[in-house]
Amino acid sequence: MNAQIARAWDLLEVLTDPEIPVVTLRELGILRDVREGPEGLDVVITPTYSGCPAMSQIQDDVQSCLQQSGIAARVITQLAPAWTTDWMSPEAKDKLRAYGIAPPHACPSPSGSVVQFAARSARHPAGSELLAVACPQCQSLNTTETSHFGSTACKALYRCLDCLEPFDYFKPY
Amino acid sequence: MTSALPTDYLLHLADNALVLGQRNAEWCGHGPALEEDIALSNNSLDLIGQARLLYQAAAAQIGGGASEDSLAYFRDVPDFKNYTLLELPHNAPLASTSASDRDFATTVVRNFLFSAWMVLVWDRLQQCEHPELAAIAAKSVKEVRYHLRHSRDWLLRLGDGTTESQARVQAAVNHLMPYTQEFWSHSVYETQAAQVTGLDTLSLRIDWDQIVAAALSEATLTRPAAGGFVTTGKQGLHSEHLGFLLAEMQSLTRAHPEAVW
Repeated sequence: MNAQIARAWDLLEVLTDPEIPVVTLRELGILRDVREGPEGLDVVITPTYSGCPAMSQIQDDVQSCLQQSGIAARVITQLAPAWTTDWMSPEAKDKLRAYGIAPPHACPSPSGSVVQFAARSARHPAGSELLAVACPQCQSLNTTETSHFGSTACKALYRCLDCLEPFDYFKPY
Repeated sequence: MTSALPTDYLLHLADNALVLGQRNAEWCGHGPALEEDIALSNNSLDLIGQARLLYQAAAAQIGGGASEDSLAYFRDVPDFKNYTLLELPHNAPLASTSASDRDFATTVVRNFLFSAWMVLVWDRLQQCEHPELAAIAAKSVKEVRYHLRHSRDWLLRLGDGTTESQARVQAAVNHLMPYTQEFWSHSVYETQAAQVTGLDTLSLRIDWDQIVAAALSEATLTRPAAGGFVTTGKQGLHSEHLGFLLAEMQSLTRAHPEAVW
């Protein structure tokens, strides 16, 4: 059984996020566990955003990946502990940057107030708890948020004021 | 063992999320700017995702073939337990139906008032003794915190903006503020739920007042008097607007109940 679990991890290693195809599910922290279940293996995944449309795709991908290799498995979705971008591996963050997405900062410490407001850009640091977001193209910190929400639920839209390139920022969650 | 949480309480939380998610989704393809179109659609996606998790939890308690779909699509107006605030169209008062021109200020103010409330509610519920609700709350608080940030930014921008934007956002505040009294009105299922969750909604009122007062003052807006009437959406007694919203949302599923694709 242990050999099969190890083999499943190897097989699943090729699965990437449907919307960010450069990082694997494991690197993103979505793939939490592979363990012995009542009828084969149990693969535990955790949803990112509550309404993320990629989740059912991810579930299907995991299922069919193992099925193709003849491994019986069921996919279990586990809510707690809630997924956080802090689980993202350093390699994943490097890959995101190389892909043109600014990786997320660490989540603000939970000890503070539940209500957190952040500055809109590096140029307006009043009351800022957020570090400036570095441009993934030129590494400049002189960037500004164009929109709180970007192309997917997990990203915000930024623009670099030095190289003028727009880019996605993976929001700390 | 999990203590019993009234199913109506889960439905109340789920209906809040679904009804506002459906309302805000009306902006999809009609947003005042492309970024706002995307923002409001993302906002709806989060809310509908939260509703799904809560309906799944409620369906598990109900049993007998209940599902997230049966709860969302096959219940009628008196069964819904959302706050009346959330079903109102994106219009000033007396603007007839949701087909009238939408007023972005109304959208912003409602999202602000509700997000400010839910940030506090979810924050408290994530520590509650009911593991499933606590898990949903821990996810939702992250999302709603971001909704609050977004709507609050717009509140400041419109309030402390032009004479026109200031007047419109003040009108929306005057229109919507009285509906917030429903947040802390009494309901049997909330009182029962409080015995499990330990959440006393009245105790959050001071925090909510502070968030609202600080934002309104920064936005150069004034807070109207609350007025005497308290709405009763969470008891199943709704405004005339919910029926139209549900009709639009449910008609396809009801016409083709077993359809899959």
